[in-house]
Amino acid sequence: MSNPQLTGWSREQMAQLAASDIPDRSYVNLGIGMPELVAKYVPKGREFIYHTENGLLGMGPAPELGDEDPELINAGKKPVTTNPGASFFHHGDSFAMIRGGHIDICVLGAMQVSQHGDLANWSTGAPDAIPAVGGAMDLIAGVKTIFVITQHTTKDGTPKLVEQCTYPLTGKQVVTKIYSNLAIIDVTSKGFQLSQLAPGITFQQVADRTDAPLMPQKLEQ
Amino acid sequence: MIDKQVKSTAQAVADICDGAHVMIGGFGEAGSPTELIHALIDQGAKDLTIINNNTGNGEIGLAALIGNGQVKKMICSYPRFSHSKIFPKLYRAGKIELELVPQGTLAERIRAGGAGIPAFYTATTVGTQLATGKETRTIEGRDYVLEYGLKADFALIKCEHADPTGNLTYNKTARNFNPLMCMAAKLTIVQARNMVEVGAIDPEHVITPNIFVDLIVEVSDPLIEAQMIAQNEHYP
Repeated sequence: MSNPQLTGWSREQMAQLAASDIPDRSYVNLGIGMPELVAKYVPKGREFIYHTENGLLGMGPAPELGDEDPELINAGKKPVTTNPGASFFHHGDSFAMIRGGHIDICVLGAMQVSQHGDLANWSTGAPDAIPAVGGAMDLIAGVKTIFVITQHTTKDGTPKLVEQCTYPLTGKQVVTKIYSNLAIIDVTSKGFQLSQLAPGITFQQVADRTDAPLMPQKLEQ
Repeated sequence: MIDKQVKSTAQAVADICDGAHVMIGGFGEAGSPTELIHALIDQGAKDLTIINNNTGNGEIGLAALIGNGQVKKMICSYPRFSHSKIFPKLYRAGKIELELVPQGTLAERIRAGGAGIPAFYTATTVGTQLATGKETRTIEGRDYVLEYGLKADFALIKCEHADPTGNLTYNKTARNFNPLMCMAAKLTIVQARNMVEVGAIDPEHVITPNIFVDLIVEVSDPLIEAQMIAQNEHYP
């Protein structure tokens, strides 16, 4: 790609922006990787309850070194802790929370997001890849609001926001908002719409790195 | 008083036969009945179909069972992991079958299997390649995919406390698939970290009622897979 890489927001800033859009008292499921950073930036005065699909509501931060418990882990199989008021349950109940629409917001990573909100984040479809889906398809089928946190392009500059996903889909028309390093973008019924630019980034730079039409910011709401 | 205890893990897995469908509890190593799996390796049953969320890690537990050539097919949601090398190698060589099932669908198929529900509709996988060839139906304006209940001949389970009648409790996120699998197998085999007397578990706190449990063996100091993997240990 001819477009040079731009910096924009850091991973931490993207996570903080996503956290600032989560309402108080939300039940939240965070995907593995960058979405996990969201938990560090709960805005003052708000309380989120974190769900991890392997059977814990009220998940707390990672334990101190040496306090890890191999039987207290998150969906990424990393050690976690419990917050006061936490509960444990089996996988049937855990996915009833997801499928039954009880989880308010899920923040996920993405390989590609289409202008219609289709998400691809589980497989490149490469012939020698080991297919692995985990809980991604259940989450996007059942959680009310899906946010995506992602770099705007791949490391080689290929856009991740596209007209049509070329990787196998995780689900159709599910993503409502994207937090990239360059911009916050709403997925509307008409396609991608800019919501906020990262400092020093122009609309044209974002549009050039988006493989689908991008509508400018609404002026006043 | 009913007592479902057996003396050894070897005795517990003795009846598992070639070609059996075996559910194995656990999510990664949390709740994995590693000692029962190792006993199954010693026992040697072949052509097994294993139902687990993953495919094991390192060269111990489920990964070692697969590596020992005893598994014909895996039914799982996530056959990759940081140190999983055995399954990917066999899969790429065409030496093991894989049925990939989304995690929530896997849990519900097992629950349904144990609850006498032959099939159910779910929105999970609609519009994706994992729905290919599956029956679909539109209910109240939304599309759903038909998924079938899943049963097994045997289940290998890890619990925290068991009484001799088979009432069980679990430890933290080691619960995961274990209670569902207890319900869905013809013969449910449990390794318990602590045996307690009948009545010691408050009936309000029983997670798996004893009707779903057949055999129990006490394994009071179970292996910690992460430590074994860090030390590059393997089984046998």
